[in-house]
Amino acid sequence: MKSFRFDWLVLPLIGLLIVLAGWQMIAGKKIVSTDEEGNIISEERVGLVPALPDIRDTWEASRPYIVEPMAKRGELDQGMLRFTFMSLGLVAVGYAIALAIGVPIGFFLGLSPVFTKMFDPIIQVLRPVSPLAWLPLGYIIFMEAGRDTGTLAALFTIAVCSMWPTVLNTAVGVRAVPQDYLNVGRVLKLSRTKMLFKILIPATLPYMFTGFRLSLGIAWLVIVAAEMLTGRPGVGGFLWQEYNSLIYEHIILSIITIGLVGFILDRLMSVVEKRFKTA
Amino acid sequence: MSFLRIENASKAYTSGGQRTEVLDNIQLDIAEGEFVAIVGFSGAGKSTLINFFSGLVSPDSGSVTLEGKPIEGPGPDRGLIFQNYSLLPWLTVYENIALAVDHLFPDWPATKRREHIERHIAMVKLTRARDKKPHELSGGMRQRVSIARTLATSPRILLMDEPFGALDALTRGELQQETLQIWEQDKRTVVLITNDPDEAILMADRVIPLTPGPRATLGPAIPITLPRPRIRAELSTNPEFKRLRAQVIDYLLEAAGSQKTTITRSLVLPDIEPEDLTRKSIFIGRRRPVRRSEIKTETVET
Repeated sequence: MKSFRFDWLVLPLIGLLIVLAGWQMIAGKKIVSTDEEGNIISEERVGLVPALPDIRDTWEASRPYIVEPMAKRGELDQGMLRFTFMSLGLVAVGYAIALAIGVPIGFFLGLSPVFTKMFDPIIQVLRPVSPLAWLPLGYIIFMEAGRDTGTLAALFTIAVCSMWPTVLNTAVGVRAVPQDYLNVGRVLKLSRTKMLFKILIPATLPYMFTGFRLSLGIAWLVIVAAEMLTGRPGVGGFLWQEYNSLIYEHIILSIITIGLVGFILDRLMSVVEKRFKTA
Repeated sequence: MSFLRIENASKAYTSGGQRTEVLDNIQLDIAEGEFVAIVGFSGAGKSTLINFFSGLVSPDSGSVTLEGKPIEGPGPDRGLIFQNYSLLPWLTVYENIALAVDHLFPDWPATKRREHIERHIAMVKLTRARDKKPHELSGGMRQRVSIARTLATSPRILLMDEPFGALDALTRGELQQETLQIWEQDKRTVVLITNDPDEAILMADRVIPLTPGPRATLGPAIPITLPRPRIRAELSTNPEFKRLRAQVIDYLLEAAGSQKTTITRSLVLPDIEPEDLTRKSIFIGRRRPVRRSEIKTETVET
């Protein structure tokens, strides 16, 4: 029990301290010089990376956003939790679209060698394309949508980018269904739909959920880029706005928030994934 | 007219441009209610042969008929018990059987179906494991589920493809005995594939040896006239059992002996004198062995 605590609590804490110390070391510190009456003569930042805020400045600047996580002071000045929920809402829709399109494509790829030969090369070429490249295309496609163009373009980008792991894992899963399971269905003379729903889909589920987990990770990556470029309110939009407003502390706050949310999403999905693992 | 019949069937598989003739000139007649066992070496093509009946494999030439009608594709009238149980891992014992029963008897009222499933679970003594998933069961228990699932579909013919091959000796004996007891109740037609002559003689009315492949074919049938019900423990000292056993094994070994073929292969002999470690190498790289390996060919008789 003691070593368990050491492994899971003490060691990660030591790691965290090392990283924080490194950050503090390279961060810039504010040097304020005053005259005898206490008036500020000059203010300058010194350090290895002078513009990088240190831990204390970051905490001071971030406090209102963390202490009041649901506050709304303006369109791009809201509590972090509120921003997170906005981003998650958009991700949820885009991710749902990705799964709804990705799973059937995966099944077609897994079931039909002809379909694979036709579309696999295209998928392999489109897969590595960056979200930054898809977004402008989304703008063009949904140009007529007026005020919703930005939202639709962001959804389009999330869906297109996060679809691929689901597509490929589903295809692999379908191909990996043991012939024996299919023979059980063949001997019983199951209809095609029954074969699909009673045997093929349950047998593929573990693979599909691995794909779902990877897709969710990508969807969360994409949302930040999409928000930065569209200027939508959300964690990524906030980050970009604060960069433009020269409030660098909030960039670090946003990065930490994005990381934590991504981590929590991944944990949640791996719990769901384990539930569907059949021995 | 015979019930189940294979006439002059052959089968070859092609893989990587190489054609292997697995079965050749297979003739087999099985009467209704007969328990036939086919014994042969591993890899002789036994599974291919039983899949002629199940319909999962069709012969390249010749015909397979059930009551004079050709068998085309698999069907639930020929229940197949798989070598590796083939249970669906995401379903419980009950659900695995229910999948088959619900599909085949959709007209039955739900209570009748449930009672039918429960009865078959009880038949293989698994009532207590009813709601367990296959990975929670031992190999023997899994095969019991598989047997119950197949019996619950009320097939006219039971096809058993090395059903006890993956089990330990004690469990195997137990399951053989239980399967026999279940069979005694309705004496369905059974085709059993096995590599164990004892199992074949214990269970079957007729044992047919399959010669080793390639181009495996069926040898002369050996009728087993031992009285039923047969008890495994009593048979081991029975002189008739011993005689039959010797007959089956002798036939198979003789068939294997006459199948001698030679294979010529090339092989690389290892370095004869290893590298000289005392000599300093001038360039980076390994020191050459004093005498390098050589490539030879050899001919082996199998």
